[in-house]
This record gives sequence, structure tokens and C-alpha cells, in this order.
Amino acid sequence: MAASLRVDRARCEGYGMCAELLPEAIELDDWGYPIVRDGVLPEHLRALAERAVEVCPVLALRLVSPERMRSTLHSRSLAPHTALRSHGGG
Amino acid sequence: MTVNAVLATATTTIERRLLAGQPFAAGPESWDQHRARLGELPRCAGPAAIIPSIERSGLIGRGGAGFPVGRKWRSVAERSRRGAVVVANGAEGEPRSAKDRALMHLRPHLVIDGGLLAAEAIGAEELVVYVGSEHGEAVRSMSRAVAERGGRDAVALRLVEAPHGYVSGESTAVVHYLNARDARPTSTLERPFERGVRSHPTLVQNVESLAQAALIARFGDAWYRDAGRGRTRGTALVTVSGPVRFPGVYEIEYGITMAELVAMTGGPTAEIGTVLIGGYFGGWGSVRDLWEVPLDPVDLAEAGLGFGCGLIGLLDADACGVRATERIVHYMAAESARQCGPCIFGLGAMAAALERLGGCRPLPDDLENLARWSAQIVGRGACHHPDGAAALLTSGLRVFADEFNRHQRGHCAHASLRAGEV
Repeated sequence: MAASLRVDRARCEGYGMCAELLPEAIELDDWGYPIVRDGVLPEHLRALAERAVEVCPVLALRLVSPERMRSTLHSRSLAPHTALRSHGGG
Repeated sequence: MTVNAVLATATTTIERRLLAGQPFAAGPESWDQHRARLGELPRCAGPAAIIPSIERSGLIGRGGAGFPVGRKWRSVAERSRRGAVVVANGAEGEPRSAKDRALMHLRPHLVIDGGLLAAEAIGAEELVVYVGSEHGEAVRSMSRAVAERGGRDAVALRLVEAPHGYVSGESTAVVHYLNARDARPTSTLERPFERGVRSHPTLVQNVESLAQAALIARFGDAWYRDAGRGRTRGTALVTVSGPVRFPGVYEIEYGITMAELVAMTGGPTAEIGTVLIGGYFGGWGSVRDLWEVPLDPVDLAEAGLGFGCGLIGLLDADACGVRATERIVHYMAAESARQCGPCIFGLGAMAAALERLGGCRPLPDDLENLARWSAQIVGRGACHHPDGAAALLTSGLRVFADEFNRHQRGHCAHASLRAGEV
């Protein structure tokens, strides 16, 4: 089943292990926090992604189904239109 | 800006709806006055009757995102089980916005009616009126209104004071505060409409949205759609700040132009150069470009802006746009709930770079970094706080591009370096 990577932003402390394991899908910003490439994770990266989820010291990384990613109606209830667009609408 | 003094002077181009009734100077409308003017909230034939009417009206949320209210109620109603909760969100943490507090102060029973209607629509057993503790008159007026209802409704009604803070009105922060007295947003996969207050499905809805719904229940969706000049129907509360004769809260028809709105406020008292539309979560635009653009969420979106919470912050043409942008981003950085790295460090770095630029003592790559960070930070917080700051900064970099470039070279065209209030 297709899946996407999701970071629990409040939990993430910027250890950066995910980016080390998965540079194809995750890069780090200037402060060491992950930037996840948009979209569904390519199937050939699945095993590495599962490994990245396991090794995160604060358990901030998760693999979720795309349906789950879209189910964020209320998280957008205070967002400006610009933010909605950048999240791909919905 | 005192809401009352200002409201008393406001005039409108259509009949007022939310703010109809006694003069603003007379203060809050009592329950008796409210019922004498509008009658009882009609008993509806359950959710099946209410939700389609709200959907047909086209009512959109007034907290900032403009999400269709009917669709939101339907999605909560579909998940609703015993124990669902409605929260009337009157936190209004937006520093320059005063429209929610004015509504709660003057027409508290319209807010309660709307909350009760929503409760009926989704089958909720409790209505929580969540009022920003810093809005003293609104807290007193809503408390009195809750007491006047005297617990006669089928839905349990209580008032909770929201802690002061920009993010305390964000929907997951509201639920977090009601559950655990901690008004920081949460990033769990489950949203409030699935699992909210005491784990029950929870509808968090802005107080103006609810008050509008209470009028639709009485007068119908066709009546609601009678107002409005363009694609978005109905009326909206806006807060006008800046160099105009009577800044304050106004009820407008969607679709009037900025020129008409400024005329309603008694006209400018200085040359207006730019405008912050939608609040600190919104964006900057040049008044020259926007003067004849309809104040309608659809038209504003096409112009790359958002109606947001209805703040129209006018900036004096003599004020420094770099400093005005710095002031807002600084505030947003300070208001971070400090939970997420990109928000803590990203907003902090943006504010620091802006401060150097504002003072015409930038590091060589400050302007370049600001452009990169504002794109990079979007979507990387538990809530949308960093997105809002990034959008605001992006618009500032565009609208004040010449000024930013001058500041990067160490010069400011505004001798006084005055930031300006928006």
C-alpha cells in the first residue's frame, strides 16, 4: 500500500537521523529539522523509511496512508488561503 | 482604539444584520431585548433541516480560513456520537482585530443562539463559549448572557476564558486548553471533529460564523444571500485600522471596494501606501493595486491575498515597510508556542534578520535567507502559525521589494525609520 512520511513537528528535536538514512526523501533545514519531499514515498524506499521510523530517538517520524494525510479539515480552519494552496488544497 | 467609541460612529451601506438593533453606545443587548427584536431561535426539525440551509446560504467561516460552515457541520454530524461538543470560538488573538470582541460585547445572545443551533445540528450536548480573557467587555457581556439563559436549554452552556496569546484560538489549541489547561496546538493525527473535548467529536467555530448561522435559522438562506455584491454572499464584520478618521469595526457587504470602505470610515487622514489584509496571518498589498478590488474572499484570493479575519490594516505611505514587516514577524516569533523546531528557530531567525535589515545593518545574506526561509518553513509546524508568518513575510518581500533592496544596501528612504502601526 502507498504511504507518505509524516513528521510530528512538536515531537521532533532535529536529531537528523531520518535525513541520513533517507536523503532521497528528506533534507534538513538550516537548523537541522527535516523537510520531507512532497508526495507518496516511492516503493523502493519503503524499507529504508520503515528503518528511519524505527531509529528516530523521539519517535517523531511516521508512515501514514495518503487518505490519513488528507483528513485534516480542522487543522486548516485557521489557515490563510496561501497556506491552503501550498498544502495542495482539499 | 476603543471599540465602543468607534462603533458608535460607524455607518454602513446596507442595513446592519449582525449589528442591527439598538445603538452601539447602549451596550450589550439583553436577552429580553434580543427576543423582542428577533424572537426565539426557531425550533428546527433536527440536523436534516438545519445543515442543508446553512450549506445553501454559502456561509463561510469567519475565523480566518473561510471554510464552508455547512460542510464543516456535516462532517462533524457524520461522526457525532453521544457527548459531542460545540465551542464558540471568541479567543480573537489577532492583535489588531476587534470584530469578534465587539460582536460578543454588543450581541452576546446572537452568539449563543448560533452555538445552540450548531449543537442541535450536530447532536451536541454541550456548548462552550470560549472568550479571550483580555477582552474584558466581551467576557462580562457573554458571562451575563450565559447567566440570563439560566440553564433552561437542553444543551449545557458554560463560559471559559481563553488565555492570552496569538495561537490560543487555533482549533487544536482550544481543545487542548479545554482538556488540559494548555493552550498550545497539538499535532496528533486525530482532529477535533474526530476526537476533541473529553475525546468527544468537537466543532470549533468562530463566534461571527455562529451569529450569522443564527440569523439564517430565522430569516432563511435566500435572505442571507440577498446581501453581497459579488461571488461571496452575505455580510462580514471587518476591523479597519490605520490613518483613517474613524478606525474600528464595521459590518460590510462582501464585495464593496476598499475605496468604499475607506469612505465609510470617514476617509484617510494621511496618504495611504499599503494595506495589510486578513491580519497578521494575511498579506501586504499596494493600495494602488487594491483600491478598486472587491473585498470578497474570491477576488482577494485571485489577487494572491486572503480575507482572513477581516482586518484591513492601512499603512501610512510615509512609514517604512521593512520596519512594519519586522514588527509583525517579531510579534509572530514571540507568539510561537515554542513546540516545533522550524517555528522556534525559523521565525526567530527571520525576526533577527529583519531587525538587522530594518536598522540598515544587515549581514550580506540576510535578504537572500529571508526569501529562502519563507518558502522553506511552510507546512512544517504542528499548527499553521509558521505558515502565517511565512506568508506575511513573502508578501512583504514582494510589496516592499525596492525598500528591502535599499535596506540590504544599508539605506532607508524613510528618514524617521518609523515602523507605522497597522
